[in-house]
Amino acid sequence: MHAFRNILRIEARLYLRDLPTLLTTVGLPTLILVVLGLVPALRKPDPTFDGQTFVSYFAPSLLVVTLAMVGVNMLPSVLATYRERGVLRRLATTPAHPAALLAAQLVLALAGILASALLLILVARLAFGVPFPRHPLGFTLAFILGTAALLALGLLVAAVARTAKAAQALAVPLFLVVMFFGGVYLPRFLLPDFVARIGDYTPPGVQALLDAWTGTPPQPLHLGIMAVIAVAAGAGAAKLFRWE
Amino acid sequence: MPVIEVTKLHKRYGDLVAVDDVSFAVEAGEIFGVLGPNGAGKTTTVECVAGLRVPDGGGVSVLGLDPRRDAAQLRQRVGVQLQESQLPDRLRVAEALELYASFYRNPADPATLIDKLGLGDKRNTAYKLLSGGQKQRLSIALALVGNPEIAILDELTTGLDPQARRDTWGLIEQVRDSGVTIVLVTHFMEEAERLCDRVAVIDRGRVVALDSPAGMVSTVAPQQRIRFRPSAPVDDRLLTDLPEVSAVQRTGSQVVVTGTGELLHAVTSVLARHQIVAADLRLEQSTLDDAFVELTGHRPAN
Repeated sequence: MHAFRNILRIEARLYLRDLPTLLTTVGLPTLILVVLGLVPALRKPDPTFDGQTFVSYFAPSLLVVTLAMVGVNMLPSVLATYRERGVLRRLATTPAHPAALLAAQLVLALAGILASALLLILVARLAFGVPFPRHPLGFTLAFILGTAALLALGLLVAAVARTAKAAQALAVPLFLVVMFFGGVYLPRFLLPDFVARIGDYTPPGVQALLDAWTGTPPQPLHLGIMAVIAVAAGAGAAKLFRWE
Repeated sequence: MPVIEVTKLHKRYGDLVAVDDVSFAVEAGEIFGVLGPNGAGKTTTVECVAGLRVPDGGGVSVLGLDPRRDAAQLRQRVGVQLQESQLPDRLRVAEALELYASFYRNPADPATLIDKLGLGDKRNTAYKLLSGGQKQRLSIALALVGNPEIAILDELTTGLDPQARRDTWGLIEQVRDSGVTIVLVTHFMEEAERLCDRVAVIDRGRVVALDSPAGMVSTVAPQQRIRFRPSAPVDDRLLTDLPEVSAVQRTGSQVVVTGTGELLHAVTSVLARHQIVAADLRLEQSTLDDAFVELTGHRPAN
């Protein structure tokens, strides 16, 4: 526990020192929100979105950006780099277990995601009148399960990739899929219906987030699928993970 | 009482036998060298000693403990510097040492260690900005920060320039003088000759020789070589008749005499008797390098 605390403190410092990555992961979704919010038409209620504004409708997809960047991109690349460079192995020769470093990275990923999400929700509310999630419990649940599913997928990538390059090679397509089905590249109302429906079930489950944000409780099936993905990918990662 | 005992160690990866049959014992306070060509099983052997790998056969005992069963205890008492182990780019020297010191019950003082390793002015420098020699010294410092009784150092000076290599050697001698037993894995013969009290040469997963560097040279490759330029023509027979001489070769105006025993005395005496002056005379004695070639049939890397 003692070793974990010290490792977490150092890793947090390293994370804060990497300013470009920090700004991208925490700030990019909010930046996109602000750019879109500056377009007056996107701030007008529109029947296409059940009378909401486009900005409100699109906000959950911006959460997907954070989750995908941190969970699928950053986490596996950091872990694979640490393994490739022998950081984990060196730690294994000391009284500290390399699992402490992995745990520290997970905590930092969660902190980054949380900071990014809070910033987005706050700016959306204060600058563009997007209401706070109307179904807080459902939203929290959808957010936790979606985050868990993506972090577990990220760990699975880190587990099967032998090198940092291999991790990138696996993470990039996964990242694109998550972003595409999460309605980031094309807003989901422009996607063919069946593609949008697939997106309901790909992590982090953007429909559940949207539902909860706008007031309807998320569908149990949507949440259930995320839980299943989180558990399956997490178990796979735990089984396949190599420290060297 | 040996601090490390390896008996009939056997380790394979799938069909590949990395370590076939290796036995040796390391005494307290010595620098013990593990030599061998690349792929001979050196690293696997010390990784079994460090408890990072599970042997498929044979036994390893470190400080009277089992590296796997008593891993927690041994990690407090054995420092390990692995081949090609790096640190995060943005981690600073002092941060790395303070972090690693915090893992141990009785750590060395990081600040003192930093000074001792000549990293005093690099205390706040990020890992990626260190030179190869500085990275290596930091790596050694991390292996020593727990105040270990045994330090296992794998490929200590690979990739260092000659000056940095010599500095590192001086450092290792200091560490030994402070009472730490050192296991040194290397393929630099010069390094082994300079530092090691005893060396084990491992080839194809087996120990082919175990002795002090000097002892190994004198038993395995006792040959000496004399080169000189004679002031007047020398008849080969003059030299080959000497019992000490085993061969005479000529390269240009140079004569190369190979032999054993009091070769130099025998050759210079016979030349003096015939009023021949040996100009540019040089005596070449076998080194660990030659012994290594004799033992393994190939040149050490580099």
